[in-house]
Amino acid sequence: MRVGLDIGSTTIKCVVLNDADELVYSTYERHYSHILEKGHEILARIEKDYLHGQKALLAISGSAGMGLADSCKVPFVQEVFATRVAANRLAPGTDCIIELGGEDAKILFLTNGTEVRMNGSCAGGTGAFIDQMATLLKMSADEMDKAAQKATRTYTIASRCGVFAKSDIQPLINQGAQAGDIARSIYQAVVNQTIAGLAQGRPIKGNVLYLGGPLTFSTVLRQCFDETLHVKGTCPENSLLYVALGAAFYADEAFDLDDVAKRLDDYSATSTYASLPPLFASKQEYEEFHARHMKATVPCLPFGADVGPVHIGIDSGSTTIKLVVIDDNKNILFTSYQPNNGNPIPLVRQVLTELYEKHPNLKIASVTTTGYGEALVKNAFHADYSLVETVAHFTAAKHFMPNVDFIIDIGGQDMKCFKIEDGAISNIFLNEACSSGCGSFLQTFAEALGYNVKEFAALGLFADHPVDLGSRCTVFMNSSVKQAQKDGASIENISAGLSISVVKNALYKVIRASSPEELGRNIVVQGGTFYNEAVLRAFEKEMHVNVIRPDIAGLMGAYGAALHGKSKTAEGHISSVLTLEQLKNFSQKVNTVQCNGCGNHCQLTINIFADGKRFISGNRCEKPVTGKATDESLDLYAYKLSLLLEYKPVAGKRGKKIGIPLCLNMYELLPFWHSFFTTLGYEVVVSPVSSRKLYQEGQATIPSDTACFPAKLSHGHIAELAKMGVDLIFYPCMTYNVDEGLGQNHYNCPVVAYYPEVLAGNCPELEHIPFFYEYIDIARRKDFTAKMPKLLDKYLPGIPRHEVKQAIDAAYAEYARHMALIRQKGEQIIEKARAEHRRIIVLAGRPYHVDPEINHGIDKLILQQGAAVVTEDSISDRVQPFKTTVLNQWTYHSRLYAAAKYCTTQPDMDLVQLVSFGCGVDAITTDETREILQAGGKLYTQLKIDEITNLGAVNIRLRSLFAALDERNGKM
Amino acid sequence: MEYTTPNFTKDMIHTHKILIPNMAVIQFSLMQAALEREGYNVEVLGNCGSEVAQLGLKYVHNDTCYPALLVIGQFIDALNSGKYDLDHTALLITQTGGGCRASNYIALLRKALVKAGYGNIPVASLNFSGLEKDSGIPLTAKLIRKVIAAIFYGDLLASLRNQVHPYENRHGDAEAMTQKWIKTIQGWMHEDKYYSAHDMKRQFEPIVADYATIPVTRTPKVKVGVVGEIYVKYSPLGNNDLEKFLESQDCEVNLPGLMGFVEYCVANYTITQHLYGGNAIVAGGADALLGYLDSVGEAQNKALRKHGFYAPGSFRELMKKPEGIISLGAKMGEGWLLTAEMIELVEGGYPNIVCAQPFGCLPNHIVGKGMINKIRALHPEANITPVDYDPSATRVNQENRIKLMLAVAKERLENGGKDVAPVTAADLAGGTPKVETAVPAGI
Repeated sequence: MRVGLDIGSTTIKCVVLNDADELVYSTYERHYSHILEKGHEILARIEKDYLHGQKALLAISGSAGMGLADSCKVPFVQEVFATRVAANRLAPGTDCIIELGGEDAKILFLTNGTEVRMNGSCAGGTGAFIDQMATLLKMSADEMDKAAQKATRTYTIASRCGVFAKSDIQPLINQGAQAGDIARSIYQAVVNQTIAGLAQGRPIKGNVLYLGGPLTFSTVLRQCFDETLHVKGTCPENSLLYVALGAAFYADEAFDLDDVAKRLDDYSATSTYASLPPLFASKQEYEEFHARHMKATVPCLPFGADVGPVHIGIDSGSTTIKLVVIDDNKNILFTSYQPNNGNPIPLVRQVLTELYEKHPNLKIASVTTTGYGEALVKNAFHADYSLVETVAHFTAAKHFMPNVDFIIDIGGQDMKCFKIEDGAISNIFLNEACSSGCGSFLQTFAEALGYNVKEFAALGLFADHPVDLGSRCTVFMNSSVKQAQKDGASIENISAGLSISVVKNALYKVIRASSPEELGRNIVVQGGTFYNEAVLRAFEKEMHVNVIRPDIAGLMGAYGAALHGKSKTAEGHISSVLTLEQLKNFSQKVNTVQCNGCGNHCQLTINIFADGKRFISGNRCEKPVTGKATDESLDLYAYKLSLLLEYKPVAGKRGKKIGIPLCLNMYELLPFWHSFFTTLGYEVVVSPVSSRKLYQEGQATIPSDTACFPAKLSHGHIAELAKMGVDLIFYPCMTYNVDEGLGQNHYNCPVVAYYPEVLAGNCPELEHIPFFYEYIDIARRKDFTAKMPKLLDKYLPGIPRHEVKQAIDAAYAEYARHMALIRQKGEQIIEKARAEHRRIIVLAGRPYHVDPEINHGIDKLILQQGAAVVTEDSISDRVQPFKTTVLNQWTYHSRLYAAAKYCTTQPDMDLVQLVSFGCGVDAITTDETREILQAGGKLYTQLKIDEITNLGAVNIRLRSLFAALDERNGKM
Repeated sequence: MEYTTPNFTKDMIHTHKILIPNMAVIQFSLMQAALEREGYNVEVLGNCGSEVAQLGLKYVHNDTCYPALLVIGQFIDALNSGKYDLDHTALLITQTGGGCRASNYIALLRKALVKAGYGNIPVASLNFSGLEKDSGIPLTAKLIRKVIAAIFYGDLLASLRNQVHPYENRHGDAEAMTQKWIKTIQGWMHEDKYYSAHDMKRQFEPIVADYATIPVTRTPKVKVGVVGEIYVKYSPLGNNDLEKFLESQDCEVNLPGLMGFVEYCVANYTITQHLYGGNAIVAGGADALLGYLDSVGEAQNKALRKHGFYAPGSFRELMKKPEGIISLGAKMGEGWLLTAEMIELVEGGYPNIVCAQPFGCLPNHIVGKGMINKIRALHPEANITPVDYDPSATRVNQENRIKLMLAVAKERLENGGKDVAPVTAADLAGGTPKVETAVPAGI
């Protein structure tokens, strides 16, 4: 007999083979983290039913089985290896295996050079990811598959990792997109992620085998793979058991299963995982803590006899919808807190209708909306006001603590923190895509383990050794939990550990605080997640400070909105909100279309209501709403791009075509090189402006999935250039950038400096096209002039030295002209903005942030807010070099520091920093920029961007910035 | 806000205890002895544990590289421990300079110290790039020579230990021998002996000969090379005890020596001048220094080979390895050296490689993950797995990937080194072998 045991991250699989290698028993079950118990139970069952004291050949496999196998001295087979063993036996002739598991994705190429690929740690969570998404859609995995079968369209969802995708999906839900369409989009995202991350240029063809839970259970997922790969893959019999079967085939050592089961028990006794101190030392400490927090309350009264006037606040959040009714004395008359089930509109309608019906004489003085869905709800129900959520929260917090100086709100999807100085928001921290989902993560995790979130959190309160789970992101937490489970951590300790992690994530990732003094002494915590006492306690413990958690912690946005409405409303005012009659006749129709007004191709969601009113969301500019193009005269980003697009091919005397990829530093140096080669008599062909399609064209050849998006895009540019019939692609390596004398050195970052090396090593196109990626330093003009002819000669022989010299002179002149134009235009925009009394936003990034595919039209979003947009390089020459705390050694970042410094001298100028996800240099520059700005009394705003397509969070952040600026100027 | 801490001044040599973060264990313990002899009161920090990473997370931007997080966390943990007289303690941090963000460690350290309330602790920079002129640690020519000697001897002991340990007949022999030699060489350092090139060249041989006396049985084992970002490559704290883990999996481990990195830094002066122009005298000086170092290195290699141990080629030979794969101009972080070491290992019989890097390490996108594809195309036997390290990456994840690499390696070993069913490219970071089987037309 052979036994194979496969312990994965979420399930445990076991097979028993008889001596003829026939399957006599198999099981596939979720282990809900009770790995040891389940393992014991299964082994004991097999012993009893099949072995009767006989020994069996046994091997263990699976990501959670490794340490366990070691400690009970059973041979371990790496799971990919096991899959290969099984496939060779059971499905000979297979060319390629795609296996998705709970947290791993694997592709195995079996023919023409066997190769095995596993996802890197950043793209973890495929099966678990689908589970999380299903929970988000309030469906079972099965229902999600069914819904996806009816889909009519697919949305673009970021395929980098689960957390990103989630940030894309949530707004779709909120905008009222159809659940079936979203479900299918999720499957498609999994497909894209798997292929982009793992295939890396190698074509998947021939006989493809689909293995693992998600591919076995979802027909749509298989269909998506089939369609994307243009193959007809098969999901074989026992597709869930391949790893276990492989382990069984591989097993060569006989064991008494009862013995092994016993050793498992011993193992569970030795729980050794990194743990943290318990949340409460004693029951008494908990009681005191509990009593203290019971004090922060708002009086709740019944509706008075005259039923009014009342003010209603509606907070349409990412996962929940909150509604608060207050009277004229700010007492709460009614509250509602419900999950939005993907569409807030029917819920609001229902609650309002009930209010009207219960209180026939209800006098509504004002209705104010806030949150993700504020505009949608306001338009649907004709509310009076809408308010950016950060301000709503601040308004509510002030009610509890007039001298509040710090607010932290951990909601379902977002984490928001603001610092308050002099009664105005002085600093805003919003989580980046990377740490999002923490609140709802607790919920989905609890549910995955078979608890509701309340029970789950309560379990952690008295845990003796909370697991240390780290704080990077929820996907990482998943695998930390896996490790802790392996080490025998109890559910109580995991629960407490998760709560502590959520807090650490907020403190160290979002706020980046190191001491309570930094946050201020008067802290209000809010958001639904703080109802969880373990999280609340962890926060206080981590920061060594007692905080206020209002009893309406989850309703603060709605309460703040209601307060706002009240303060705005004159006595006797009657709200414009729909009447009972209108509510009864209310209807909502949702359509989604792609806008083709410009290259951004925004996914528009159009809501049409009973009165024929349309509400469009998902747009970046006003074009789809007003039909007019955005005025770009105040947008230096648009101008910079238009300058670059003027560099057209000019046929030259030498006849050959030189291709230049418009990526990374070429966004600044194109004028230089275009002029250089044109002067030499070559026709310069530039790759087109980036697009989604261009990215996908090259994404299969990206070797490092954690590199920044601008770098990844360059693969697409090379692919495009290859199609344009060029004779040479020119993209030099540049350790050094131009020297503008702003810092102690003038380096490029390692990625900008050497990315051509990566392209040369990984883009198959470059095998057939000569590729110039020599090392060049244009900061040393003399040396460059002396060295360039020789370098050039290797690729384009026979150009006389003096011609090269001439071309170099022309190149420097053109570059100088280009930079001067940018600065002139910057000056014009600043003057125009001042004449029109507009704010000026320095959207500070790097030259390549001009790429619309990289900046996602954020410049347009800022214009929409009525401000002008200039770039860092247009004003960086306006300050003298100054001392920075950090080593100021990268040219692009020297400009950033200089621009920040200049901002602090201009009252109407504020800086927003664009940071590309994965930019390691920006880990250093962001803190420095923040400090320069804060020292000068300015707000710091950072926008982290990646291939994300949804701008909801960016919008909130920008609107919060403008609200805070207005408040500072006393405009409110 | 300014984050300034006192500069390290000359007189502090006699008044202050200098703390040094640990990295390459053997090499650093010898360096400590060298510094002590020159009057420095130094301690190489040994504190580890979860508190170190926690403090790093607390005081350093979390997206900064893991080594910065650990080094700074280790310093603050030490200062918190109460073991040191805070009025007479200084910190020493190395700075390589260059376009990698690692050049900023010292600024990050100062910031963290001020934030943690240790703004009075002086920070000294150990660098050869002319950075931090006011707080550079005063180096005498003699001290520099002794530090170099410490690295040479340390590299040798580490290499010998790793080549003997997996095969020793009596468990613990190699380790005991290594401890013995560490003591002996520390003694030399204290007695001012054997640090000149001339003496070193003579001393290598007896050391190697001594290791050769350990009884071993050379059954074939999986041979694994480790390359990577310098800190996570060497530091057990940084790489979750990678060396021990590989040993526990019955492998022979090869960590190319620390001197390679020093020589790489020296060589870059010449290369940079060659590529872009600049001071030819400095470049020439650097080249001469490289020649001196390489002659010592060659003597060491010769001693190793004489007793049947593996030794890499000279450094100048190593510089030729990346030809056709990456330019020597790639000089940020570990730069071309990392790629060169991978090729050297593959060609030297260590085709199984762990490429250890901090999560999101910029140079490694290029010289590590970015080059694997090319290396595989030229050396189909290369079995390379990149592993990311960061505070939240779990050991189970890392070890699982390494085990996959080892499974492939073991399979080949059992096939007598011949690939019956060749698993040409082992693992995740992938890249296709570029040698697409081109079928000639007409067949």
